Amino acid sequence: MPFSLLKYGLRDDYPFEKDPDLPAPTELKRHYDVVIVGGGGHGVATAYYLAKYHGITNVAILEKGYLGGGNTARNTAVIRSNYLTPEGVKFYTESVKLFKGLSNEFDFNIMYSRRGQLTLAHTDSAIRAFRQRAEINRHFGGDTELIDPQQIRELVPTLNMNPGDLPVLAGLWHRDGATARHDAVAWGYAKGATQRGVELHQLTEVTGFEVENNTVRAVKTNRGTVQCGCVVQAVAGHSSLLAAKAGFRMPILTYPLQAMVTQPVKPFLNPLVSSPALHCYVQQTGRGELVFGGGSDPYPLYNTRSTLDLKESLLAHAVELFPFMANLRLMRQWTGLTDMTSDYSPIMGLSPVDNYYLDAGWGTWGFKATPICGWTMAQLVASGGKVPELIEPFAMERFRSFRQVNEMGATAASH
Amino acid sequence: MKIMQCPLNGPRNISEFVYGGEVRQMPEPNLCSDEEWAEYVFFHDNQIGLVQEWWLHAPSGYWFIAERHTASDDIVRTFDPSERFKERVEFAPNPEVSAA
Repeated sequence: MPFSLLKYGLRDDYPFEKDPDLPAPTELKRHYDVVIVGGGGHGVATAYYLAKYHGITNVAILEKGYLGGGNTARNTAVIRSNYLTPEGVKFYTESVKLFKGLSNEFDFNIMYSRRGQLTLAHTDSAIRAFRQRAEINRHFGGDTELIDPQQIRELVPTLNMNPGDLPVLAGLWHRDGATARHDAVAWGYAKGATQRGVELHQLTEVTGFEVENNTVRAVKTNRGTVQCGCVVQAVAGHSSLLAAKAGFRMPILTYPLQAMVTQPVKPFLNPLVSSPALHCYVQQTGRGELVFGGGSDPYPLYNTRSTLDLKESLLAHAVELFPFMANLRLMRQWTGLTDMTSDYSPIMGLSPVDNYYLDAGWGTWGFKATPICGWTMAQLVASGGKVPELIEPFAMERFRSFRQVNEMGATAASH
Repeated sequence: MKIMQCPLNGPRNISEFVYGGEVRQMPEPNLCSDEEWAEYVFFHDNQIGLVQEWWLHAPSGYWFIAERHTASDDIVRTFDPSERFKERVEFAPNPEVSAA
């Protein structure tokens, strides 16, 4: 009824306000059982699972900027599990499963959209590697297969089958490939965590740790010092910097990664498409924009600046894949910081400091792991340091025992 | 494009150069422990600040050292390695072996 709508619009309490999504900021308490450093997807997910499934709610998330404003806001929101090693495939498959149910779990729409992900092979050796990945994926319950050029044409009719004189010979078709709204993932977890009593402190930067007998007793911040039972480090892009404050080094080098998005066009591209040989991946968002990402910058840097030469080479490759994109305009571009490990797998679990747990080394593959990271890190914290089986292979110790988990060939764009 | 001053070839586009990692001392691979070797190969300081790094000017195959800030990306100084390495470089001494 238009009349009742008008009446509703003129009411004093319009717009109708429910409880705010996040509670108002408070002072820091003197002691928390768990201090999570980093209020991005991984940090808030850890807090959420701690509160919901382990009953641990005396938890503070310390974030130097704002919720989900770091690399959670700077990735290209790709969800997939078609990795190469059994360890990686098992881990990311669990993450994809959790992603599927997140909107229901939160009662908050994360805009999860299952599209399928297509990786292109331009050489015989790539086909061999893809066949291996398809077999490993299927073995661990993933939905991945090798497809031929005719099937690729049917899936993506607009794709140039001979981009840059690198003919498309085959594709790795991963039906579980998906995308979701990255901000909403962080917000959903943060809302669920704070409703259960977790405190989210934004604009709170960790400046140091008080370590006694190899145990962190307190966390020093720009808003004062808090005592803590244990610390979880979840600061993608700054892992080495925070670890240095706790007194140890990490097997990480930090590189910028540049991405960009075009003006919106009608929906024409359902799957996420990537070409490791062309260092490029492309997907169309729900709003119709095309998101591009590529490899990291050629040398380490702690800076989110953009460079024209990297943009040029990335776009040249994107236009090879989809020639009509040459007519589109770029709308935005941005840069994230990627903590690259030499085997392209994360660093999770224990650190040289007893009650200091690591969720680091998330390079270019962190967003897709958000739910399973929260899940396993919460288990690790709740058990007082018993490493869950799923993340055992990702221990930092693997670099000292030479047991790396090599995922180098399985990143969307080789680096 | 960003310009880097090559000590041999003068100012060139950054795309002509290849990053070679921080300048640091290598332990003696035949004598050091696996742990020390892993520390050298995989672990990095990776901090913000001025660092000395190896760079290669690829077209001329010339290695040199650059002093670069890892947050501002300012290249403060580039110089020929002979400026820093005036004589033959020995491996880092290994305490266990030298004590034996």
